[in-house]
Amino acid sequence: MHPIPVTTTATATSEISSEQGEDCVEAGSSVISARNIDVFYGEKPALTNVNVEIPRHQVTAMIGPSGCGKSTFLRCLNRMNDLIENCRVKGNIFLDGEDIYAPEVDVVTLRMRVGMVFQKPNPFPKSVYDNVAYGPRIHGIASSRADLDEIVFNSLDRAGLLDEVRDRMHESATGLSGGQQQRLCIARAIAIAPEVILMDEPCSALDPIASARVEDLIDELRQKYSIVVVTHSMQQAARISQKTAFFHLGELVEEGDTERIFTTPKDSRTQAYITGRIG
Amino acid sequence: MNMQATMSLRRGGVSLRRVIEGTLKAFFFLSASVCVLATFGIFFSIIFEALRFFQQVSPVAFFFGLEWSPQTAIRTDQVGQSGSFGLVPVLAGTLLITSIAIAIAAPIGLLIAIYMSEYAAPKTRNLTKPLIEMLAGIPTVVYGFFAALTLAPIVRDVGRYFEFEIASESALAAGLVMGVMIIPFVSSLCDDVIRAVPLSLREGSYGLGATQSETITLTLLPAALPGIASALLLALSRAIGETMIVVMAAGLAANLTLNPFDAVTTVTVQIVSLLVGDHEFDSTKTLSAFALALTLFMITLLLNVVALRIVHKYRQRYE
Amino acid sequence: MNSAVLPQRIRTRLRRRHAAEKRFRCYGVVALCFALAFLFVLLATIIINGAGVLIHKRMLFEVVVSEHHGDRYGAMIKDSWKAQFPEVTERRQRRALYGLISRDAEFLLRERLADVPVPDNGIVVLSVPFSSDAGEFLETDPDKRDSFSKRLSTEQRGWLERIEAGGKVETVFNSDFFLNADSREPEVAGILGALIGSMLTMCVTFLFSFPVGVMAAVYLEEFAAKGRLFRFIEVNINNLAAVPSIVFGLLGLAVFIGLFGVPRSTPLVGGLVLGLMTLPTIIIATRAALQAVPSSLRYAALALGATPMQAVLHQGLPSAMPGIFTGAIIGMAQALGETAPLLMIGMVAFVADIPDGFTSASTALPVQVFLWADSPERGFVEKTSAAILVLLAFLAVMNSAAIYLRKKFELKW
Repeated sequence: MHPIPVTTTATATSEISSEQGEDCVEAGSSVISARNIDVFYGEKPALTNVNVEIPRHQVTAMIGPSGCGKSTFLRCLNRMNDLIENCRVKGNIFLDGEDIYAPEVDVVTLRMRVGMVFQKPNPFPKSVYDNVAYGPRIHGIASSRADLDEIVFNSLDRAGLLDEVRDRMHESATGLSGGQQQRLCIARAIAIAPEVILMDEPCSALDPIASARVEDLIDELRQKYSIVVVTHSMQQAARISQKTAFFHLGELVEEGDTERIFTTPKDSRTQAYITGRIG
Repeated sequence: MNMQATMSLRRGGVSLRRVIEGTLKAFFFLSASVCVLATFGIFFSIIFEALRFFQQVSPVAFFFGLEWSPQTAIRTDQVGQSGSFGLVPVLAGTLLITSIAIAIAAPIGLLIAIYMSEYAAPKTRNLTKPLIEMLAGIPTVVYGFFAALTLAPIVRDVGRYFEFEIASESALAAGLVMGVMIIPFVSSLCDDVIRAVPLSLREGSYGLGATQSETITLTLLPAALPGIASALLLALSRAIGETMIVVMAAGLAANLTLNPFDAVTTVTVQIVSLLVGDHEFDSTKTLSAFALALTLFMITLLLNVVALRIVHKYRQRYE
Repeated sequence: MNSAVLPQRIRTRLRRRHAAEKRFRCYGVVALCFALAFLFVLLATIIINGAGVLIHKRMLFEVVVSEHHGDRYGAMIKDSWKAQFPEVTERRQRRALYGLISRDAEFLLRERLADVPVPDNGIVVLSVPFSSDAGEFLETDPDKRDSFSKRLSTEQRGWLERIEAGGKVETVFNSDFFLNADSREPEVAGILGALIGSMLTMCVTFLFSFPVGVMAAVYLEEFAAKGRLFRFIEVNINNLAAVPSIVFGLLGLAVFIGLFGVPRSTPLVGGLVLGLMTLPTIIIATRAALQAVPSSLRYAALALGATPMQAVLHQGLPSAMPGIFTGAIIGMAQALGETAPLLMIGMVAFVADIPDGFTSASTALPVQVFLWADSPERGFVEKTSAAILVLLAFLAVMNSAAIYLRKKFELKW
């Protein structure tokens, strides 16, 4: 794949985005917009006709019962689904107006800009420092050793982990507690300065105290990044997100401001879910 | 129903069924102990004869001797008329050939494992995997034939072309073929090990924008390193114990050399040449084969125990 | 992706990273191709060398059975052969002439005369193989026969061409190779002896290792307390699987032959040694197959009041059978190709008879390959390759059977 995109397509797609892309930096404008997304595993449809806008510098929560396709959708946003052999994605997803499923797109660059944090903390079996430095090193972001140190320390600081690991930078990351590991994974993701961070049930493997810390962290991070969180916990969605999308049986049922979704849902299925009758 | 209701739950007396089942169980246990008996049989039969050898030749002379010529001389006044039994050149020859084999099999086997588990489309995999397994299924005597009759002359001719003397029983030819023989062994073990690396690590790396090769070299391989190391130890053990290829393609004379273009001999070659044919069973010469076999048995056993230990620890880490 | 906004440094690096990715992928393809190419060359060499064994040249040879020779069949052959070349007078020439037909001819004549009475004119027409050099010469294209100048004299080549021109040479299917036992003469050496030796050996191997292996596995899986003894047996099995094959040969030599007095060089002792080697394979396969049987099946039997023994004999083992057989076939295929331990127990002797029982001296297919490969006569190169092809054919059949069983087995659960 060519790392440098064909400029004509870039301009072509930016025309489409120009209507909502006038003031890109303003919080609340769309950073990602998904149009008519269908996903199939082999012949089995997993998602049908999903249209959603991900606002900039906000936290968007995706909720729904398990198996509803919310994780599948999240993984479309940085093309992690490419790794699954028989997975097909139809439709368009625009990141700042560029279609990320266009043939000339380089997934490496895409994933640099759209980072991801997973359900189970997955630190590499390397030192704390090397974990955070992994991304900057492969992409060659740091120009010097001091530069790399600064990136690593800043990322750990922003992930609220620096004070806890300052003395064990060069010890194995697998020795950290679950909550620390997950914050390390967040630090690892922000070390390459992405625009968007995808989080796939980031607290589900953590105890309540560790979860609370990660939730606080997510809230702080939205100052700099646009965040999409998949969660099965409605309470968590209500606590941390500004926007909520409700998925059910492979369909996007309803999306909107979190407050509105939880107080006056339009769809009966949403209502049934938030009142605990389905799920 | 009523009749059953009156049956006591306590164990009854001796029933025919219980006797039959007890006998069967005893047979099952005996069968399982055959494996233990075999291991002990191997160990004791070797060590018994080896001890008799060490009564005639001191262990120091055996393990540290630099000359190996078990053929007893015809004339009594000849040098070394009692034969000399120094293990070092034989062991050195074994190590030379196995190092060549591992030098071939380790990188190629590992690369094949990586390609098969990470890159190959399912179609390619289904097509090529049986072919690689075929390499493992070919009897070693066939490899030996190929090494001796096809490859060794080619190697010698190539050497001659560059005006370079290569023995027709060079360690290189035998090592090359042995390397190919253990490629499928290395690749299938490494394949398992690489697949055992949790998906979450792969995803973590891809999620940071790593390319596939970066994910493999920076994440998968370091994580799989213990498993790969143990695979290589097992492969080494197999190469050291391999007999037919070297019997057919390596030399008989024990040269103490590290030059892969020279002819060297190996432990297994010596065992075969000492024991095939008719010998008086009690001569030092014949007994020395058992001392060699003891060495071989101990080395392979050690390698296997270490390899299994590593694998065991590695498994625990991801479970 | 919108990489135009990335700093130049990262962009250059990105290009290099993608190149490295391609290179790395290439290494994999190259490694795979190397292995496949080797396989291809190996098989091709053997097929090219060995395929020629299927047909060979024989001579229709009129032998004059004369009274005064009595039962000296060799002399009758020599006389009749010499009579076709009146110009041959010198002893040296005569010897060169006799060297062209197989030394086996006199045995053929003896067998023929034992079966069929001599016709009135005293002439018996016999189909005789050529000696291996002469046969190879005749099989070679006439334009390329110059390469034989070292192996056959000009005179000899002339005689052969004369016979050929006389229409006495026939090209026939080489049944000798498949129906004869080993021989010192490459042109009549066959593999039947080794084949039958191998089959007898495999019978012993199977009869020993299959029941013992399966019972041992059932014990370990179903009855053994998972304590220290269990782990000890398990460790022993794993180690046994990794012991070099030649060491098993030494065990056979010292224990089976030395201690128990099992006759040397026989399929019985060979089969026992290979059986011990096959045990770990069968045990490991049987255990895996038993573990794959859904435990619900076993619980169902136990809940109906079956004893554990009944549960495993009636439910566990029958369901696991395909898996067990797959493992057994794979183990037997390994044993069939094994050579080194057989060398140790004397199955490497020259055996000119077809073995007729478990205790008669014999060789085995892979050992025959080794023996022929070691023979200095050129004629044996072709025989070796052909014997390898026969061996590989058997292995292919066995492994295909194992794959077939495995496929069927996979469909089941």
